[in-house]
Amino acid sequence: MESTFSRRQFLKVSALSGGGLLLSFSLLGNTESKAMADAVFSPNAYIKISSDGTIVLMSPNPEIGQGVKTSLPVIIAEELEVDWKKIQVELAPLNPVFGRQMAGGSGSIRGRYPELRKIGATAREMLIAAAAQTWNVSPEDCIAKDGKVIHSSSGKSLSYGELAAKAATLPVPTEPKLKEIKDFKFIGTRVNDVDAHKITTGRPLYGIDTRREGMLFAMVARSPAYGKTLGSVDDSEALKVNGVKKVVQLKNSVAVLATSTWAAKKGRDALKIQWEATGKLENSAEHFAAFKEMLEKGAPSPSRNDGNLEESFEKASKILDVTFELPTLSHGQMEPLNFYADVRDGKVELFGPTQVPDQVRGEVSKQLGIAPENISVSMPRQGGGFGRKLMTDNGAEAALISAAAQVPVQVQWTREDDMQNDFYRPAEMYRYRAALSPDSLLAWHQSGVGLVAGIRGDSYVAGALPNYRSEGQALPSNTPTGWWRAPGACTMAYVAEAFMDEVCTELKKDPVAFRLEMFEKAKKEPVGRVSYDPDKYRSVVELVAQMCDWGNTPAGVYRGFSTWFSFGSYAAEVVDLKLENGKPRVVKVYCAVHCGRVINLSGAENQVQGAIIDGISHAMFPKVTFVEGAVAETNFHAYPFLKMKDAPLDIEVKFVESEDAPTGLGEPALPPVAAALANALFAATGKRIRKMPFAEQLG
Amino acid sequence: MPSYTLSVNGEQMSADADADTPLLWVLRDHLNLVGTKFGCGVAQCGACTVHMNGMAMRSCVLPISAVGDNKIVTIEGLSAAGDHPIQQAWEELDVSQCGYCQAGQLMAAAALLKNSPNPSDEEIDGAMTNICRCGTHVRIRKAIHLAAEKLK
Repeated sequence: MESTFSRRQFLKVSALSGGGLLLSFSLLGNTESKAMADAVFSPNAYIKISSDGTIVLMSPNPEIGQGVKTSLPVIIAEELEVDWKKIQVELAPLNPVFGRQMAGGSGSIRGRYPELRKIGATAREMLIAAAAQTWNVSPEDCIAKDGKVIHSSSGKSLSYGELAAKAATLPVPTEPKLKEIKDFKFIGTRVNDVDAHKITTGRPLYGIDTRREGMLFAMVARSPAYGKTLGSVDDSEALKVNGVKKVVQLKNSVAVLATSTWAAKKGRDALKIQWEATGKLENSAEHFAAFKEMLEKGAPSPSRNDGNLEESFEKASKILDVTFELPTLSHGQMEPLNFYADVRDGKVELFGPTQVPDQVRGEVSKQLGIAPENISVSMPRQGGGFGRKLMTDNGAEAALISAAAQVPVQVQWTREDDMQNDFYRPAEMYRYRAALSPDSLLAWHQSGVGLVAGIRGDSYVAGALPNYRSEGQALPSNTPTGWWRAPGACTMAYVAEAFMDEVCTELKKDPVAFRLEMFEKAKKEPVGRVSYDPDKYRSVVELVAQMCDWGNTPAGVYRGFSTWFSFGSYAAEVVDLKLENGKPRVVKVYCAVHCGRVINLSGAENQVQGAIIDGISHAMFPKVTFVEGAVAETNFHAYPFLKMKDAPLDIEVKFVESEDAPTGLGEPALPPVAAALANALFAATGKRIRKMPFAEQLG
Repeated sequence: MPSYTLSVNGEQMSADADADTPLLWVLRDHLNLVGTKFGCGVAQCGACTVHMNGMAMRSCVLPISAVGDNKIVTIEGLSAAGDHPIQQAWEELDVSQCGYCQAGQLMAAAALLKNSPNPSDEEIDGAMTNICRCGTHVRIRKAIHLAAEKLK
């Protein structure tokens, strides 16, 4: 067999590299002799089964805490029919063979579910064919189970390892048969994180843990305020710091390279830099003053305008007209940004935290003038993302520093660096108006302004109401904005659903019943485009109502409800809080989700619970304040997150049973919770909370 | 640069570092014990939590010159086989999301259990002041109760 390998066949039989990173099949070419000794069946880049029985599955997308390093291989393993406990999982490096490698928009599972099933099924069929040929029986008489192929009538079996060499010589089927859903063994069950033990024992896993031969640690002095640029630099004191080796100047920053992180920080802090005000130095107070003016003027043209708003407001018996305020927010992912870069001899090696490795490569290619094929990017597990790492600045900066200093470098950011150099969730202000008759909602008018014009004109109640208007405006600013977990939805859901609660109170309608009425209208008498599925919306509202026994609030508990649709999924939430010495404490949150098929129940539940806590934390506590272009909240002492004493004691999560393909889950449970909390706070205190952070409003 | 000898995870280890170098960076950059994490540098988040004589301590604000003979234990030394009841409980309940803060959470929880083998929710609220940006608090609480069961 060995002597007759064709080139194409050889590509499928690759060598398992010892211990470290596995080379993807398309990168191999000169390891033929090793391949013969230790055959690896690799029908595609994702699966490697070696003759010694080792099975490695590649997880293609960046792992930022959303759990895809575990859940994507679960999909492959389901079709492949392996014993989950015996497989190894590796994070794939950036390579076109792995398709679209990014973490964002709650899209990893959604995008890859059909593809990864097929990838697993392909390998299973080839292993079955290999066994059938070996035994000279029909493949139909063989089944694959727990990493073995079994001949049904005789009971004889061969392990995947034993079949690897033969399977590698067989043709790759183009339309493998997928498993029946009723036969799923892993999908929908609880699968623990593949790195759980490494995490609990402190093994190196993250970008910050990178240690390479000859590497220096770097810290960077960046502009202390938006609107200021680099003037003169005096590095004489920095170079005197023990351990400092080099200082390199970039276009608008200065990097200090040293033999340890602390030495680099001391050197960085010893730089004497004149920063010059070359742009506007902005203040948050001015942002909000401008927002207010813009809201009063109104937007020049609405993004959606159904029916006749003016007429509805004229004939209204009551008009609600309120304003909501949301501050700028930072990402605050727990692992401060960092990146390792080694630029030499026209080649670049990059290793670090990013949600968009392909864009990092593109940016580095552009800035260094090095062709993309000479730039390798791979990713460690990442200490959170939340949208911050959809930007390429940390990776590109490390490459520029390595190129300038001509040394491999790990650039480490401090928390203060992260706070001042973010791409923030933009500050926003909303005006909401409702025209009411004594017993019904006649018209709804939402108007938003922000550092970006982020308003969704087609989220419910659009589609359920004859008279509806939505409009958005942006205030130009030089403070950078970006994506923040559940962009758009995270703020829209709060203002729209908190206002909906005000409407319900005014109309004396039950909040759950009133939403169900709205979805019924959107289904039976849709107005214009309906961007959501009213039945799925109803399914989560009904389920959460059932979970919490809605209508029978326990004594001493105050309850708030909210629901939102985002990233293809529906979430309905009920917040239960108690007053302890007059202070609110969320004791329990109920959440019902429709996200199609759940892949990993443990990971899915963790995402939902985490998104709820994340949403409560950011509704309650932090804000970013720009003062003359600088962020006043320099670290966690001034930018607080929720801690255990403020966390719900329990979060009960249920998923609507569904055979639909999976939809998003990293984000959709976050948007509804702020309104559910605000509505519960109203129930407890009689006060409407229309401004974040809520803690400041509660006094 | 001065030289220091530290007791870390039951071993004597030496490091040449400036006197003001925080223990966190000595562990990570000099002793190659990278399980202890950097999160804020100002003792706010607890990602850098280690034990000093059995007490939870934020290593990012503890200069090497102040460590002296005190016995330091890091996540790598919490148990020889990685099977401390708190580690087992964390794995059983699949606590982690990104996992970055969890070494600090585990060290804080282990110190709590040492002082109070069966902590109430109020005690957990008081002792667990670390930040988890992913929001694993509900599972952390459950895992601490589970570890307490295992310790019985």
